[in-house]
Amino acid sequence: MELSSCSCRAMGQAAVDEDMLKVADEVVAKYRDKPGPLIQVLHEIQVRLGYLPREVLVRVAEGLGVPLSDVSGAVTFYGLFSLKPKGRHTISVCMGTACYVRGSDRIIERLEKDLKVKVGDTTQDGKFSLQVVRCVGACGLAPVVTVDNDVYARVKPEGIPAILNRYDGEAERTQDGRARAVHS
Amino acid sequence: MQQYRAHVLVCGGTGCVSSGCHAVKEALLEGLKTHDLADEVLVVKTGCMGPCDMGPLIVVYPEGVLYRQLTPESALRIVEEHLLKGRVVEDLVYRTENLKPVPVLEEISFFSRQTRIALRNTGLIDPESIEEYIARDGYLALARVLQQGDPEAVIAEVKKSGLRGRGGGGFPTGLKWEFTARAPGQPKYLVCNADEGDPGAFMDRSILEGDPHSVLEAMAIAGFAVGANQGYVYVRAEYPLAVQRLSVAIEQARRYGTLGSNIFGTGFDFDVEIRVGAGAFVCGEETALLASIEGKRGEPRPRPPFPATEGLWGKPTLINNVETFANIPPIILGGGESFASIGAEKSKGTKVFALAGKIRNTGLVEVPMGITLREIIYDIGGGIPDGKKFKAAQIGGPSGGCIPAPCLDVPVDYESMAELGTMMGSGGLVIMDEDTCMVDVAKFFIEFCKDESCGKCAPCRIGVKRMLETLERITTGEGREGDLELLEELGQQIKDSALCGLGQTAPNPVLSTIRYFREEYEAHVRDKCCPAKVCKALLEYRILADVCVGCGACKKACPVGAIMGERRQPHEINTAVCTRCGACVEACRFDAIVR
Repeated sequence: MELSSCSCRAMGQAAVDEDMLKVADEVVAKYRDKPGPLIQVLHEIQVRLGYLPREVLVRVAEGLGVPLSDVSGAVTFYGLFSLKPKGRHTISVCMGTACYVRGSDRIIERLEKDLKVKVGDTTQDGKFSLQVVRCVGACGLAPVVTVDNDVYARVKPEGIPAILNRYDGEAERTQDGRARAVHS
Repeated sequence: MQQYRAHVLVCGGTGCVSSGCHAVKEALLEGLKTHDLADEVLVVKTGCMGPCDMGPLIVVYPEGVLYRQLTPESALRIVEEHLLKGRVVEDLVYRTENLKPVPVLEEISFFSRQTRIALRNTGLIDPESIEEYIARDGYLALARVLQQGDPEAVIAEVKKSGLRGRGGGGFPTGLKWEFTARAPGQPKYLVCNADEGDPGAFMDRSILEGDPHSVLEAMAIAGFAVGANQGYVYVRAEYPLAVQRLSVAIEQARRYGTLGSNIFGTGFDFDVEIRVGAGAFVCGEETALLASIEGKRGEPRPRPPFPATEGLWGKPTLINNVETFANIPPIILGGGESFASIGAEKSKGTKVFALAGKIRNTGLVEVPMGITLREIIYDIGGGIPDGKKFKAAQIGGPSGGCIPAPCLDVPVDYESMAELGTMMGSGGLVIMDEDTCMVDVAKFFIEFCKDESCGKCAPCRIGVKRMLETLERITTGEGREGDLELLEELGQQIKDSALCGLGQTAPNPVLSTIRYFREEYEAHVRDKCCPAKVCKALLEYRILADVCVGCGACKKACPVGAIMGERRQPHEINTAVCTRCGACVEACRFDAIVR
């Protein structure tokens, strides 16, 4: 597991700095007195920073008064937490049963080819992270791909370029965070 | 109160949201304004109505006409024709297989065969309006229970109903309540398990998104019955819309005094907090879920002690699933006996199933227990599309198994499913046709369980991995004689020795497919052939010389240069080089490439 933070400079993101630690302090202060706060704290920090750098985890452990091993144990246990910076957009391919029998493995192949990354990685330019999720609960529309909050239904491998093209500009996020089904 | 002559319900479930229901709703509102109908027609965004493949869909009342697969343009036509002139727009209504239009929702077999108890409000009311919930007798059951002030009577009623846990285990709900109520120790906690991780199941999501108050009301009732004042809803992080609607509902309930302190002036305090999961399937297991709420790694622990005696922070804790809770208010209002009159002998009431996969009508259906799979798949689901043949129904997700065609007439209840080597699970029902390879499906589920195994106990951590390796061997043509027996033996041992429900049920998909589709496994092992033509390593691509026109499209598409041939001459595939990626099949416009 990559715990160092040096790779983030290459990703065009700021290294761990005082601001990040300040975020950690704020979140810890908000939840410190609640019972069993660790997961909630990690959630909120990840939402605000995009990932969980090692230095921040140390700060969380100190702030909550728990061993770093407990914090690290939780972070590495849950699939949602990331120790590495993510791309600006996260592409999630659903690999639930319904999507699988309707061919989501072919969509992953196509994405890996087009983006030149493997599942779990981020493109060189830091634009897309590709991941696999277990069922987004839209089984009636299988196979499903989500990009950030946009949901694409009944995706075919040939339809992938059209989806990726929507994220060409940087102001392209749809206003309500939703997208239309892409039929090809 | 403003009176409207017509109501337009716009389905706002996750499926319809991704199909574009927002734009349809906007177009409706715009059209109504243009035609000066905004004061006469009310547009309501509801939760999931069920038939996801028809989305975006709307229902126009009082007639109850369902329009499907709408666009903003077709929505405007509905305003101009139906709402302004009172004429049904025939080309937008549902059609049966032989294209007969069926405009009225209640006459569509997808709906007419259902009995909706848990989904009674889903798709009918605005989930973000507590008033609409109250108008449908919402919080009446809670009021009655608190007014009577007898926790034991509540438990007796739930026991009488015969309700069993809808999350998969099927444990009698009333007994669980009784155990928690009698357990010594204070304070007691209440937990709603909304960590719906089974791939292929989305009923809990739809209930939380479409009728969140029904869960809150049931939690308050359960809290009163067992003596708990604090409840938690543990929701998956993958369900952001459910989290949002539930948060809105909790706010409203606190404002209206149906949550909080001194509810209905009876002195009973109860509040609910949301805890969001972090992407671990095992957290659906109750002891792992409790560990996760406590902020730890979501690892299960041995039972007993059961959560009813030692749960959250070591205190007595009642854990029920979302769908189980959604059944509670109707049981209180209608009486346990009336609930028990629905369903099968040992499985009372209804069950919500999520229909998906190779089936014509996908979506959510709620049916009485004891109905046959055939009725669900053919009468409600409309059968298998594209003229294909039904092969198997996968029920219960990674914990369940596959049911073959000869068992289609078995009633769907807890006991029958267990006899078939599967389980009801949370109600995911994925239909597979002849193009699905059962060995590949078994491998898919075992891979899922391998990924999601928490690693605490050896049978699950190591045993499931070994099963996966054996299946990988079989699907890549390396299968050996004795592999099937090995899988059966190992599977049985894992079932007997794993720590929690995840491990104990992980072998089910493999064992049930070996049981019913042994020949298909044997074809992989002995003949090195995949009859469904799915397992890539066992396929061979060929170009039909008499169909190929020599356009060269496949040659261009092939990433490894395995296709040879002159222009306008039939091409050929060099199977020694071919990686079986299938790119040529997609590129060919003449269907000249077969496998």
